[in-house]
Amino acid sequence: MKPFEYARAGSPSDAVRRYRPGTMYLGGGTNLVDLMRLGVAEPDRLVDVSRLPLDAIEQAGDRLRVGAAVRNTDLAADPLVRARYPMLARAVLAGASGQVRNMATVAGNLLQRTRCAYFQDVGRPCNKRRPGSGCPAIEGDHTNLAVLGASDSCVATHPSDMAVALAALDAEVHVTGPEGDRIIPMPGLHRLPGDEPERDTVLEPGDLITAVELPAPPPGASTYRKVRERASFAFALVSIAATLDVGSDGVVNDCRIALGSVAHVPWRAERAERLLIGGPATGAAFLRAAEAELEQARPLPRNAYKLPLARNLIVATLEELAP
Amino acid sequence: MNRIEGRVKVTGLATYAAEYPIESVAYAYPVQSLVAKGRVVRVHDAEAREMPGVLAVLSCADPPRLAEDADPELALFQSGDVAYRGQIVAAVVADTYENARAAAAAVRVEYDPDDHDVTLRTGHPGFYRPDVVNPNYPADTVKGDVEAGLAGAAVSVDVTYSTPVLHNNPMEPHAAMAVWDPEGRLLVYDSTQGASPDRDTIAQTLGLPREDVRVVSRHVGGGFGSKGSTRPHAVLAALAARAAGRPVKIALTRHQMFDVTGYRTPTIQRLRLGADAGGRLTAVEHLAYEQTSTLVEFAEQTATPARVMYATPALRTAHRLVRLDVATPSWMRAPGECPGMYALESAMDELACALGMDPVELRVVNDADAEPESGLPFSSRNLVLCLREGARRFGWRDRDPEPGVRREGEWLVGTGVAASTYPARRRPATAFAFVRDDDYVVQVAAADIGTGARTALTRIAAETLGVAPGRVHLELGDSDLPDAPVAGGSMGTSSWGSAVVRACEELKEDGKEGRADTTDEIKGDAKLARHAFGAQFAEVRVSSVTGEIRVPRLLGVFAAGRIVDGKLARSQFIGGMTMGLGMALMEETLTDEEFGGFLRRDLAQYHVPACADVPHVEAVWLDEQDGELNPMGSKGIGEIGIVGTAAAIGNAVHHATGHRVRELPITPGSILSRF
Repeated sequence: MKPFEYARAGSPSDAVRRYRPGTMYLGGGTNLVDLMRLGVAEPDRLVDVSRLPLDAIEQAGDRLRVGAAVRNTDLAADPLVRARYPMLARAVLAGASGQVRNMATVAGNLLQRTRCAYFQDVGRPCNKRRPGSGCPAIEGDHTNLAVLGASDSCVATHPSDMAVALAALDAEVHVTGPEGDRIIPMPGLHRLPGDEPERDTVLEPGDLITAVELPAPPPGASTYRKVRERASFAFALVSIAATLDVGSDGVVNDCRIALGSVAHVPWRAERAERLLIGGPATGAAFLRAAEAELEQARPLPRNAYKLPLARNLIVATLEELAP
Repeated sequence: MNRIEGRVKVTGLATYAAEYPIESVAYAYPVQSLVAKGRVVRVHDAEAREMPGVLAVLSCADPPRLAEDADPELALFQSGDVAYRGQIVAAVVADTYENARAAAAAVRVEYDPDDHDVTLRTGHPGFYRPDVVNPNYPADTVKGDVEAGLAGAAVSVDVTYSTPVLHNNPMEPHAAMAVWDPEGRLLVYDSTQGASPDRDTIAQTLGLPREDVRVVSRHVGGGFGSKGSTRPHAVLAALAARAAGRPVKIALTRHQMFDVTGYRTPTIQRLRLGADAGGRLTAVEHLAYEQTSTLVEFAEQTATPARVMYATPALRTAHRLVRLDVATPSWMRAPGECPGMYALESAMDELACALGMDPVELRVVNDADAEPESGLPFSSRNLVLCLREGARRFGWRDRDPEPGVRREGEWLVGTGVAASTYPARRRPATAFAFVRDDDYVVQVAAADIGTGARTALTRIAAETLGVAPGRVHLELGDSDLPDAPVAGGSMGTSSWGSAVVRACEELKEDGKEGRADTTDEIKGDAKLARHAFGAQFAEVRVSSVTGEIRVPRLLGVFAAGRIVDGKLARSQFIGGMTMGLGMALMEETLTDEEFGGFLRRDLAQYHVPACADVPHVEAVWLDEQDGELNPMGSKGIGEIGIVGTAAAIGNAVHHATGHRVRELPITPGSILSRF
């Protein structure tokens, strides 16, 4: 591990003031510290933001504001979250282990890096870690990597469960930074790799996430389901966060679908949603929508299984949610 | 019996190899090859040598003195040749771990790389027949006419299975601390499965008389075979301490463990079985294709269980190896039997399906009176009783054999069975027992690698002496104690226990002390086939939506002689079965074809079962009397638990889904591609 300086920020603005190139913000450390041990992340300086007063979950009208430093365990256990956004509680509890969730923060969960084996191994090339060095995953081990939105330079996936639920819930990410405050609507926080896979998100240097705000819960039923070969403490092969609201006439009024572990971002299945809304809530319609969404997929030999998996998962989840 | 050291372990007081408080200890950190084949041209270490705290840099630029006949995996820095990616090519010694690691990262090694070949594949031109397979079996055996047996069979199967590279992942990383005294004697605190053989290997590698080397290993946090032979870290600690003139500690990272502590070879296995209409085998052929390194031949005895399991007039077994640019494979729980029985017991299930016969009955009708290959009588063989008892407990009688027809919601449900076997051997050992303050001290250089050996041997000694276990003080894990063999091959308790019993018998007679050496006793053992047997039953649920496989129920029934201690035995059995579940459904190290070496070198990527994967694992055992084994009447139980589990699960997956997956692990992807 490269030697580094450590400082504790007194306030969000103090954290941003302390930022300079080579600085990284430290939340729960469950991913960053691992990456530092591996030599993947080599910050000169850590600014600890885990003890900032950003650890409250507050109701604001019909919205819910979740502080960036709220621990994953506390988020999943919060009565308001459990009552109004059960899908989010489920997603958080599907991630990692109890011990990791006790440490991990909301902002850190959003900003965790891919678990691609090449990214985590400094002895091997990786465009995300060392731009221009190549992507051996495309010819090598991409078993759990992206089938949607990947590029020739990167096929990494975003590993979070929580972020998938937040994408489905249209959460807003509140950011403060050297240029002031701004709000980023959730599916837009993460970006596709393109030819700049080193950039996971649209955040600019020095930006600090201060909160995640949830709009009123979408109508209808919702759930989160995670598929993995090990029953716990494993990243998803594919996961889904979905909501479905069907009128008494059997017509879909509202539907949200987000997929995890299929792309560099929590993948909002907008094509499928568009096809479904205003149409019948039938198995055939669900299948058509799933297939339309996955038409844009570009699977590789070892991850092609994710297509039937994602298709089945969309259909089975919507059938479960349908009245 | 509760573990004697349970309290010190759970309170953190048990001292492991890297934890001995040694003054002025320095730290070594290895530099590993980034090429899979080639030569080290130059080691640029000037920058590293100037870094804070650096005491020494070791590399082939200045080869340390080692014995010329050292094991090539242990002959560190003796040449610039690189045999595999991850091989240790240099090391830095510094005052702190962090300084050593930082300086190791600053060592630049220049290579002249060659093209590498790291992939085991069917039809590889490099396959050859080894002289013997581990530990000393013939590579090939032929009895009867297999082709005629197959031609005359009413039903036959010809199937090929494959298993991936597998890695042991003990909780305690491999670690060693080396301390030289002014007279040139070496003390190594090592994480090893055998203090005596480790001492011998370290002495031989360094060219020292064995009297000048001592290995201490009082607590070991798991080994499973990966600590069964001396690994390079122990030699590196000794060399680094000599170079630095200070005690040196080395503790491998999880990544490094995947590179330099051995692994189970991948296998490709072809099985041809023929049977008459009644299910009696007419021919068995088991061919195993495996890899080894260019450094050392390690020939896993994968096809040997076929020589033990079933009666057949025609039996052929064969092993073929290919030397690849990979690390040398090594011991992993139930080497040979584990991968071999996966394939044989899966093929038996396929044969049962082809015959339309119950798989338990197929095994019963093919039970052997004598060991099929050797013709030797068995000291005891209770496979059929295990199958019958397991079937009764599992509720097998009501099973509908039709595959792919039981559904609960999206979940397809099935059950499977497979047999288990493992040799019951023992090796010569020595022990010393004496009276101290009205209590009894028993010394043997055994190893407790988490199996409960200390407790089992205490119980054996107490029973022999006719005293309460609390009055016996068992000392192990130190090569200065009476010589003992490795904790491996399920021979630990049988070997050490024999010596402990004899020493305690002599003490009882003498009143003061007793010494034992079982070499002659074991030479006099009758020539018999000695094996433990078992039967494993699995229930699986396979999601028709996601391909996920869950195992709500595993049952193992074992006949392993007299069980020395029920509590310890249960841990061994269910631990083995849990590992078998991991092998069936998740464990897989990928070989990196492009760069060499391995991928998925951590526990977030190399999955072993979590608690949620094993909701109900039950192990039971028969009361098996066998007077032809050892004074305890026991057979080893460290390994049989993993043998057959993967086949039972794979067979249950077939029963659930109607699909036969012949490559391990069986993943959601492999299921979905068949739906």
